[in-house]
Amino acid sequence: MVLSANDKSNVKAVFGKIGGQADAFGAETLERMFAAYPQTKTYFPHFDLGKGSAQVKAHGKKVAAALVEAANNIDDIAGALSKLSDLHAQKLRVDPVNFKLLGQCFLVVVACHNPALLTPEVHASLDKFLCAVGTVLTAKYR
Amino acid sequence: MVHWSAEEKQLIASVWGKVSVEECGAEALARLLIVYPWTQRFFDNFGNLSSPTAIIGNPKVRAHGKKVLTSFGEAIKNLDNLKGTYSKLSELHCDKLHVDPENFRLLGDILIIVLAAHFGKDFTPACQATWQKLVGVVAHALAHKYH
Repeated sequence: MVLSANDKSNVKAVFGKIGGQADAFGAETLERMFAAYPQTKTYFPHFDLGKGSAQVKAHGKKVAAALVEAANNIDDIAGALSKLSDLHAQKLRVDPVNFKLLGQCFLVVVACHNPALLTPEVHASLDKFLCAVGTVLTAKYR
Repeated sequence: MVHWSAEEKQLIASVWGKVSVEECGAEALARLLIVYPWTQRFFDNFGNLSSPTAIIGNPKVRAHGKKVLTSFGEAIKNLDNLKGTYSKLSELHCDKLHVDPENFRLLGDILIIVLAAHFGKDFTPACQATWQKLVGVVAHALAHKYH
């Protein structure tokens, strides 16, 4: 799966519009993921996952920052996320299926807060981008 | 059999009550065909699917989207017997339509995004969780008779 020039510009536009809300979007993405897919909580036994958790907020910020970094370096996502890819392969080892779940929740967050932004074409581009990020993060698993 | 709490039933009913089956159905199917273009393989006879604009404006897509979501409404009326409700449809999708059940999961996820765009902040995490569960069990019921 390849990101076209249109996909890249759609993704950049989304993150441009999201701007400073990225941190909050990251936190809400995690909150929704834990609610809709409780099995994802198994990766966070050391977290307080209650409503308004500071740890979830902080982690959401990290997740959002990674997505923003990928969007800003969309011509070389693998390069931009190389260290994160190593981390996921060697330490975190989050099962690959979970990236799709996170992606779904991120799309839902964008849809909830900026429905006008998520036209079908932009939806397609963003979905492809999120898949690409997941692919990069699991690329070194074996 | 799937268990639905009173809260879940309420979250399903309150969302469904405000949904335009025709609009949401059309949008969900159009987005499925746009976001996951390989799903177009089942719709060779739908005419022009050559671009997002063509897909969104395609009357066959709209009509079929409405049909699909109307059927979804039947599931909501029969939450305690989804497998029974979808038994014949499941056989149809397997034997006649030859649809990989993965497509039901894809459409379910798309429907969630359409609802999120429609309801905004009212589509709370609890609401999403309930609806993800619902689309999951609907997909499962539709796949149940596959052989």
